[in-house]
Amino acid sequence: MIVRDLYKSYGKHQVLKGVSLSLEPGQITAVLGPNGSGKTTLIKCMLGMVIGQKGEIVANGKNIGHDYLYRKDIGYLPQIARFPENLKVRELVSMVKDLRNQPVEYSALVSRFGLEPFMQKPLRNLSGGTRQKVNILLAFMFDSGYYILDEPTAGLDPLSLQRFKEMLLNEKNRGKAVLMTTHMVHLAEEMADEVVFLLEGRVYFQGGVKELKDKYNGMNLESAIANILSLQEHA
Amino acid sequence: MLKVLKYSFYDLSRSRWTYAYLLFFLLLTFGLLNFSHDLSKTIISLMNVVLILTPLIGTLFGALYYYNSKEFIDLLLALPLPRRSIFIGKYLGLSLSLSASFVIGILVPMLFFGILSTGLVLNLVILLSTGVLLTFIFTAIAFLVSIRFEHPIRGFGAAIFIWLFLAVIYDGILLLILIWFEHYPLDHFALLMTLFNPVDLSRVLIMLQLDISALMGYTGAVFRKFLGTSMGMTIAYATLMIWIMIPVSSFLWLAKRKDF
Repeated sequence: MIVRDLYKSYGKHQVLKGVSLSLEPGQITAVLGPNGSGKTTLIKCMLGMVIGQKGEIVANGKNIGHDYLYRKDIGYLPQIARFPENLKVRELVSMVKDLRNQPVEYSALVSRFGLEPFMQKPLRNLSGGTRQKVNILLAFMFDSGYYILDEPTAGLDPLSLQRFKEMLLNEKNRGKAVLMTTHMVHLAEEMADEVVFLLEGRVYFQGGVKELKDKYNGMNLESAIANILSLQEHA
Repeated sequence: MLKVLKYSFYDLSRSRWTYAYLLFFLLLTFGLLNFSHDLSKTIISLMNVVLILTPLIGTLFGALYYYNSKEFIDLLLALPLPRRSIFIGKYLGLSLSLSASFVIGILVPMLFFGILSTGLVLNLVILLSTGVLLTFIFTAIAFLVSIRFEHPIRGFGAAIFIWLFLAVIYDGILLLILIWFEHYPLDHFALLMTLFNPVDLSRVLIMLQLDISALMGYTGAVFRKFLGTSMGMTIAYATLMIWIMIPVSSFLWLAKRKDF
């Protein structure tokens, strides 16, 4: 999946100003950047929920345009988990399965995240962390080639975070391409093969974690990013 | 599309609003029949309720349902489904569920009071089909407005204004024009103006069938004079169909280009 020179504005407000990146099999790409830098808009463009003005997004060698079939190969985790509140978790899972009409494998995921006791509960009764686990379940229960994750770790407790990371590495080793946005710099530092740093709608930096650290002389990724942001403030 | 329709319908079949709407028509029809014991008069009374209420409920529920199922729509948009099927599915789910409440609510008491053994079956069919068409028309208008306006308050405002305009204001304006220009031949003009308002058109359609000259009014009389009963009805039905297709294709057009 390739994004080439993508532009998107809402009215006068330019959100993306020529973003390019590509997702490679067996690679985890982390998109970092301050609030409002365009991370979520970028992801929504890749899913065809937001339509860019210029540039192109290519999936499996085809420009996505208004196509929808390419989404069969994407597991998507939205930033704010919004579900039909009256449904029970099990109903939601079987509904999404039925709508996608693809085989699912979720019992392992359910036990990995300890979701068994919640399967019969309506979604409106779930805590923020549990909703996020349901969100993860929906994204990963299909065997997709790409996983596009918007803040996947928001609200997870340390144990679940650990389990999530294991799972992500598993998928990576199985040759899946992963794109995730995150504010947790440690997570990106630990997991990512490639870091894309977005700033005001532009790709400010793109490369490995080590390059980023070297270039902006940080001891770790966090201080490198702090250096970038303070450079911006002074500019 | 059928799957989206299935889940929308399923969702609505668990909503108490659906049952409240059903109960309203059940009680109303039973009440009217009990008081009058006259099926023909009851159909005329129901006509006035249907002409005001099915558009209003279609409008309100359409907007309410759209804004309430934004989560569901967001979820669907990320799945490998075309936008067209998502929005048509949701639209049909709501229109069918509202129509079902309406039809069952009137039909059951009517059957109970023995409509089948009278010559009034066709009158009832016309009443019910008009109500269903109005439900489909105004739900589509509500969807169009809700997709256009991100903000629910604005969406509701615009949807209610459209209902008010077509159900009340339009007639007032038409009447004023007819009075002001009474010395001119206005037959064709009145005929044309009726086609541009689904509520008026439905009224004429029912009147043509019930054949009550006293209630038919100016436009109804013109309609019959020019087109005759059967031709008039055919044209009225066809125009109501167009009234469904225009807002539906417009909201699909908007939805295809919208950012979510």
